[in-house]
Amino acid sequence: MSVFFAKRFLTFLATLVGASIVIFIVMEILPGDPALVILGVDATDEAVLALTKELGLDRPALERYFSWISGMMQGDLGISYAYRVPVWELVEGALKITIPLAILAMTLSVILALVIGLYAAANHNKIGDVSLMGFSQLGISVPNFWLAILLILFFAVNLRWLPAGGFPGWEEGIWACFKALILPALALATVQGAMLARITRSSVLEVFREDYVRTARAKGLSQRRTLWGHVLRNSMIPVLTAMGFQFANLLAGTVVIENVFHIPGLGSTVLKAINNRDTIVVENVVLLLAGMVVLTNFVVDLLYAVIDPRLKAHDI
Amino acid sequence: MALLEVENLNVDLSTAMGPARAVRNLNLTLDRGQSLGIVGESGCGKSMTALALMGLLPENAVTTGEIRLSNENLLKKSERDLCSIRGNRMAMIFQEPMTSLNPVHSVGRQIMEPLRLHRGLSKTDAKKKALQLMDRVGIPNPEERIANFPHQLSGGQRQRVMIAIALSCEPDILIADEPTTALDVTIQDQILELIHNLVAEEGMALILISHDLGVIAENTEKVAVMYGGTVVESGATDQIFGQLSHPYTQGLFAAMPKLGMSRNKRLTTIPGTVPDLVNLPSGCTFTDRCPLASNICKETTPPIEELGPAHTVACHNLKKAIEARSTGLYE
Ligand SMILES: Nc1ncnc2c1ncn2[C@@H]1O[C@H](COP(=O)(O)OP(=O)(O)O)[C@@H](O)[C@H]1O
Ligand SMILES: [Mg+2]
Repeated sequence: MSVFFAKRFLTFLATLVGASIVIFIVMEILPGDPALVILGVDATDEAVLALTKELGLDRPALERYFSWISGMMQGDLGISYAYRVPVWELVEGALKITIPLAILAMTLSVILALVIGLYAAANHNKIGDVSLMGFSQLGISVPNFWLAILLILFFAVNLRWLPAGGFPGWEEGIWACFKALILPALALATVQGAMLARITRSSVLEVFREDYVRTARAKGLSQRRTLWGHVLRNSMIPVLTAMGFQFANLLAGTVVIENVFHIPGLGSTVLKAINNRDTIVVENVVLLLAGMVVLTNFVVDLLYAVIDPRLKAHDI
Repeated sequence: MALLEVENLNVDLSTAMGPARAVRNLNLTLDRGQSLGIVGESGCGKSMTALALMGLLPENAVTTGEIRLSNENLLKKSERDLCSIRGNRMAMIFQEPMTSLNPVHSVGRQIMEPLRLHRGLSKTDAKKKALQLMDRVGIPNPEERIANFPHQLSGGQRQRVMIAIALSCEPDILIADEPTTALDVTIQDQILELIHNLVAEEGMALILISHDLGVIAENTEKVAVMYGGTVVESGATDQIFGQLSHPYTQGLFAAMPKLGMSRNKRLTTIPGTVPDLVNLPSGCTFTDRCPLASNICKETTPPIEELGPAHTVACHNLKKAIEARSTGLYE
């Protein structure tokens, strides 16, 4: 197990380093001079040059990359070019919204997927299965921002159950924040959940054809006990893989959805930073997002080993 | 009263090509403690028969006829009742030990499962019993092995675990469907001997399925020879081997490697292949491959004739077949 863990952890670190290099290079290539954007088109060349120097942007790229990384290792993300405040201050509040939003969306999508996928598999080719799979096809094809608008119209404008957007802040209490996050989470979860539901269904159906399921039935286990005791855990392996992949999509989705709902999360932060050419903020936020994706996949890998004892043995 | 009586069993599988008649008009009886061998080439419906007895046929199967266990027709029973019979009064071992155990559960848990289900044993009691069972089926170091996962065991050991599972609730009938076909030759005899001994000790009835006439000859009191989904010859083992009658049985016998046979002599084989179950030929299904086939064989289903007490053969040309016994039909 420890070899398995160590290997996974090394992969985790290597991926993060790779991601930081790619992000840095992309931001270097991106046109637009931060000093010019901050000072406006009317600024004199001397003023722009002075600001460039002040921001430390005149140093060679390699030096800036290493100072970014070494700063980060000491917990210093640098100073925002646009706002002249530590990047961490901009990011901290946003993280406290985006992480709960992502977790809520993921949880909702897994619940949706398991309920729909298991029900459909248990009623294979019956009316419930066919209609649920039809709905899930629909769920996959609907763009999440459009679904977000529909949700706002229905739950916020018509029914007035939930706020149409904005975020009250955690000091207003968990319930108020939950109400603000539930619609964005639902908009994010529907597409993911619909996809996961289809994967769950086909995986369960596949495992039902396995020899060991026949053995379980030959022992006298009912169809239902076989499903819970023997099929479910084995069928979760492809579902887990898909969840790992989907998490990146989900975070990308938050950038859009946070803007639809006017939620000051990482997504809004990064969009604003891009517009301001606040490269240092963009780099840090994107790396944070990448880090969350890599961390999720790391956890998924560990979960594999929990589900399937064969993986521990082979140290994949 | 026989323990198990199968009367006029039919299994039809719906396939893309149309209904496949996997089992046709099959009759069997089995007394308490008796052993029955079902033999035939692969694809002749042996596994489907076994699964029909267990009520575990695939979803696309339609079963008709009667399967009476202690005079109760299993085909009329609810799924719930069948669950309380499976693994309890009737247990089954499968051909593929490598895939028949759940890869994510320890073997101990898998052996304990039927005990907890049918006997309502507590975890500790079930574990105690599982250790005894593992010892009984010849798994060394049960205390250590009980926590192992299937992938940590060899094929032979896994089949022993399957036997322990099947044995756990002391069933009346053990069905073993080609239990050694997937194993190394050296292990095959050990597993067969284990099954043979356990069945004798427990007084269980055994249905042993094999494509190998030799395996059946050594292990069972009765034999049913299956071809094209039905029984073409059945009787006591010594009766059948003493008076090989049906041309198909003679063919199976001729195809068996024999002791003292010179190495360079090629094994005799029955020409042709098993019939297509979707488009079964009318008349006798063995006609195409039978050296004695005549016109009547193509047209009408052969009558079932009694050669001796409980020795039945379904063949139009029985007299000729018996005469050909000494010279060999397939030389
Ligand atoms: N799920 C299924 N659907 C349709 N046909 C099947 C299915 N399973 C097996 N068969 C067919 O049923 C016939 C009998 O198979 P089986 O009982 O497994 O033969 P045996 O065990 O004697 O080798 C074979 O011709 C096989 O192709
Ligand atoms: Mg078979």
